[in-house]
Amino acid sequence: MKRIVKNIADWIDSRLGVRDVVLPMLLHPTPSGSRWWYVFGSSALTMLLLQIVTGICLALVYVPSAGEAWNSLDYLTYEQPLGWLIRAIHNNAATAMIVLMVAHMIQVFLMGSFKFPREMTWLIGVALFVLTLGMAFTGQVLRWDQDAYWGLGVGAAMLGRVPYIGPSLVRMMLGGPIIGADTLSRFFALHVFVIPGLLLVSLGIHLWLVLRHGVSEPPVAGRLVSPVTYGATYKEILKRGEGFFPAAVMRDLIFSSLAVIVVVTISAILGPKGPSLEPDPAIVAAEPRPDWYFLSAFALLALSPPSMETAIILILPVVLLAILVLVPFVAGKGERSPRRRPVAVLAVLIALATYGVLTWLGHTAPWSPDMQAWSGTPVRPHMVQRLSPLEMQGAVVFQNKTCRNCHALDGEGGQRGPDLTYVATTLNRDELIRQVIQGGGNMPAFAQHLTPAEVAALVAFLERLKPDDAVPLRKQSGS
Amino acid sequence: MTHAIEPPSDAPLPEMPGCPPPTSPARRKILGWLGGLSGAMAAACAGVPIIGYLFSPLTHRPGSTWIPLGKLETFAIGATQLVTFDHPDAKRVSWTGQVGNTAAYVRRLSDTEFQVFAVNCTHLGCPVSWFPQSGLFMCPCHGGVYYENGDHASGPPPRPLYQYSYRISNGQLEAYVGHMPTLNDLPDLPPTEQTPQVNG
Repeated sequence: MKRIVKNIADWIDSRLGVRDVVLPMLLHPTPSGSRWWYVFGSSALTMLLLQIVTGICLALVYVPSAGEAWNSLDYLTYEQPLGWLIRAIHNNAATAMIVLMVAHMIQVFLMGSFKFPREMTWLIGVALFVLTLGMAFTGQVLRWDQDAYWGLGVGAAMLGRVPYIGPSLVRMMLGGPIIGADTLSRFFALHVFVIPGLLLVSLGIHLWLVLRHGVSEPPVAGRLVSPVTYGATYKEILKRGEGFFPAAVMRDLIFSSLAVIVVVTISAILGPKGPSLEPDPAIVAAEPRPDWYFLSAFALLALSPPSMETAIILILPVVLLAILVLVPFVAGKGERSPRRRPVAVLAVLIALATYGVLTWLGHTAPWSPDMQAWSGTPVRPHMVQRLSPLEMQGAVVFQNKTCRNCHALDGEGGQRGPDLTYVATTLNRDELIRQVIQGGGNMPAFAQHLTPAEVAALVAFLERLKPDDAVPLRKQSGS
Repeated sequence: MTHAIEPPSDAPLPEMPGCPPPTSPARRKILGWLGGLSGAMAAACAGVPIIGYLFSPLTHRPGSTWIPLGKLETFAIGATQLVTFDHPDAKRVSWTGQVGNTAAYVRRLSDTEFQVFAVNCTHLGCPVSWFPQSGLFMCPCHGGVYYENGDHASGPPPRPLYQYSYRISNGQLEAYVGHMPTLNDLPDLPPTEQTPQVNG
């Protein structure tokens, strides 16, 4: 019996060549000492596999039609057995894939693994990174809710800024003159066929290059990479190394398993994201926000000077991509150890800090008016106690004229303009009146919509909020 | 067992049944030309319709059309209000769903003077909200603010709100609507008809 099984196995193997091809790959020598630093790439790959499986699951139910997509997501979330969990896993595994991919890139960058002879591996990796961001953007469109709709509007407005061909690019992106039926269908095709196809081909090349050039050895400070000597050195290193299987494979397996367990657990606890309200363009009271990966871009576009904005939208992505592409050509030789590459370490820290701060700002969005504050955030009782009738009227004006949407009182309300609780300690009466009527400094002029009596009441209210012991302003008004 | 992928040797070998002499260099050259030519023709045959199909959003541009926004008496003089309408392009197919339900702001200045604004902020296309109390349009994304006549009041928008052309026809207000306006693609102007309003 045993012999029959062995014969069948041998026959299959002689025809397929598994032992000839797969075993050497599995057992190929790798440098020792890489330990746990090298687990990020394989775990990002594991997340991709999880995305493919959960993505196919979602495609079994999701209807890629502008008229039905939202309803099918609603069904997936509330009626399809375990649909909510599969949606949540697909969303969180996307996050994990991006995080792990960036961790992998940073590890490769800091340890100098992109240097000779692995430049092309890095370049294909950059392509994988761009394609994954493409998956992230097209994926949030498929959620086909209010955020998806206005996200497309923002994307179209950005593309529309390209000189000359902007309008044509917008029509190609939307599949027509507006965000409509063709828009969702083409983003579905991109998300499910085009980008995954490119992603898998690039991944195949990436893995082939890893095998061709071997896993890079952990850097040793002072051992410089030179195209002349590297091959011989690497051979010596491999002689002292070990097979890819089992140690490295098992480390990869353990970390990837952990990543999967964390993603599924978080998904089970937090549930799926959205869909938010239906994608109805007539509901203008929307506050669209991108998924977290693009919050930093959202913040950058709020904070950049208007004169530079188009340049930032159109040129900055090209510059960032060019930097990533040029890395192995600018620094393809020499020192690999991060201990001797302070500029590289600093670059990573600055990039991470910038991205983190912009993401946080994008999350809090202090530049956005609080659209409900005028009716939803009342003036605190202690601020209206013992006010004169005129000052009381001013508090009503402050609320009714939507000042509150941009200005906080006592920390509550919009953050777009300054908190006005103590504004009278820095502006005197005339200056306050001028500011209200003429605007300026990024504030609209209110002359058309406030009567002189309303202005007087408003300024009286603001002056009353000044603490009694405030230092008198040097320039007092004439009254 | 694997076979090494290497070209056959040039050394003369004894003849073997079933192994005629290799293709002559002249024939290889002809085959090369024919292969390239047939490949190019096949690529053109399949490629031209595919490219034509892919670029049809550019070649088949539906123009703007007049869309009724409502009877004149529904718009109070001095007021600004949100109107919704089925976008002409959305009716092309039956599966457009809610995204065809487009909105615009109508401001009535006098008996015959109107302004019809697109809801899209000119900064990055987010929907602006109208606050009649302060006479301002505010954008929830990056805080762009416009006055009631559409002029820029504060924030990052690079120009005033987009305006559609309008006309009054049979007691109805109509707007000339076609595509999503962007900075380099303003709303279309109607052909030389009665056009009291041009884009600001």
